[in-house]
Amino acid sequence: MTTQAEAPPKHPIVRLADFVVGLPMGFVRGVGQHARLLFQAAAWAVRPPYRVRLLIEQAEFIGVESVPIIALTGFFSGAVIALQGVYAFRLVQAERFVGTALGLTLTRELGPVFTCLMITARAASGMATELGSMRITEQIDAITAFAVNPVQYLVTPRLLAGTIMAPLLTMVFNLTGIFGGYMAAVVIENVDPAQFFYTLRWYTDPTDVFQGLFKAMVFGLTLTLVGCFQGFFASGGAKGVGIATTRAVVISSVLILCLDYFLGDILLAVLSK
Amino acid sequence: MTLESDEIEITTGEYDPERRLGAEDPTQRHERWQVRVVRLHKSFDDHQVLRGVDLDIERGRINMIIGGSGQGKSVLMKHLMGLLKPDSGHIYVDGIDVVPMNEYELNEIRKKFGLVFQYAALFDSMSVEENVIFPLVEHTKLGRQEMLELAYDMLGKLNVPEHGRKFPAQLSGGQRKRVALARALVLKPEILLYDEPTTGLDPIQTKVADDMIKETADSFGVTSVVISHDMASVFRIGDRISMLADGVIVATGTRSEILHSRSHYLREFVETSGAVRFEDTSP
Repeated sequence: MTTQAEAPPKHPIVRLADFVVGLPMGFVRGVGQHARLLFQAAAWAVRPPYRVRLLIEQAEFIGVESVPIIALTGFFSGAVIALQGVYAFRLVQAERFVGTALGLTLTRELGPVFTCLMITARAASGMATELGSMRITEQIDAITAFAVNPVQYLVTPRLLAGTIMAPLLTMVFNLTGIFGGYMAAVVIENVDPAQFFYTLRWYTDPTDVFQGLFKAMVFGLTLTLVGCFQGFFASGGAKGVGIATTRAVVISSVLILCLDYFLGDILLAVLSK
Repeated sequence: MTLESDEIEITTGEYDPERRLGAEDPTQRHERWQVRVVRLHKSFDDHQVLRGVDLDIERGRINMIIGGSGQGKSVLMKHLMGLLKPDSGHIYVDGIDVVPMNEYELNEIRKKFGLVFQYAALFDSMSVEENVIFPLVEHTKLGRQEMLELAYDMLGKLNVPEHGRKFPAQLSGGQRKRVALARALVLKPEILLYDEPTTGLDPIQTKVADDMIKETADSFGVTSVVISHDMASVFRIGDRISMLADGVIVATGTRSEILHSRSHYLREFVETSGAVRFEDTSP
């Protein structure tokens, strides 16, 4: 048996150059790998057998089981926006506009973003852990061995469920948020309820709601894709599954916040025409 | 490799001749050899695992593949049913090269195989009965009741019928392997692959697992390919034994042929186990 000679240590400038070159290359590679998985999942979505039962199971996991936590966070998010809004608008004696602030903030931005961050924490991490465990215990290989495509069986239902359920959960978040805002502004801070609802309805257009729901759809697809990718290609035993889960949460959260800006910019430009 | 003309069997096959299913090579269709591996190479990054493996799997027999840890036995097995793509080489299953196949075509070939993983790889979110009917759900149009009858019939044959409602986490290692075998057998595969089936079992359970493999091969008439480190098992049940070392098959033959082998590596590997003595002690 021959032993391999130890490579000489790299010069710091070479290491820096490796890092500088490797960073964008790694980014491009990652985007390409995610896009490939997305393409495969989309291709398998239109090919029989259609896995309706798995889609419903995932919709239940991502959507129905997330309703309590989304409603709770929605309620308090709406309440705190209204509370801060009342104090801010009171400086210029314009408390009645708290309904406007609440409506626009929730429907356009905080609704989709907070909802999808909560789904990330709950479902994307769960997907990465579940698929990662299946990968390291050869369950994904077992699915393949039984002549079943694992992307179609595991990834496609999750992506579809995430894309469908995120806007629905955003609506739940918006409604409970408005209720929370009403409680804080009207019940606690004594804002006139008629004015609260008048400014809410007058300045919040259906396009604002649509904008938020569209964002939620994109975020839902993104977070499930990242969660599935990290789990599906996990390696390195239990530690690898832990790393995959952490990465799923971090990457999804960062992507949601970054995409929110770019989508917001595009949608505002398109819808304001 | 030369074949006698009377050894070549032209199979009609069960595939639609109108549809391409890999490259067919009539010279690789053989009555005796169900699977033929030809000059198979596989690397992972810079690490070359398989360096030109040539291996023939005998139809209806128990074919053992032995070799040290990290020699590529599991990698070779995953290639047999298309779970990994080789860098080069050919794998002929009943004369059809599976290497150039796409995923859809591979799925047709995979239906010929059953695979029992080293640690069973049961789906832990499903009960035992759901695990066993999984291949039936995916590939048959049977009603659920019929599937369950088949599943319990198979679990009964493997002496674990009472565990149908349990989940894999509630089973012992031996029970999990039996359930995995039931799942692999329920679609009546022609070729059954076992990846180190006796790993982690005590000597009595190992004997039970060996008997299970032997009984399965005899009862169901399947071609068995077994990866094993356990020399006692290998020589107890193996009809044909092949040794993988340094990425190539260094010795292959029947039990008797192996025991007369002059391969130093093989003799050292087998004799170190203490389970078997070579008949000729002068290599």
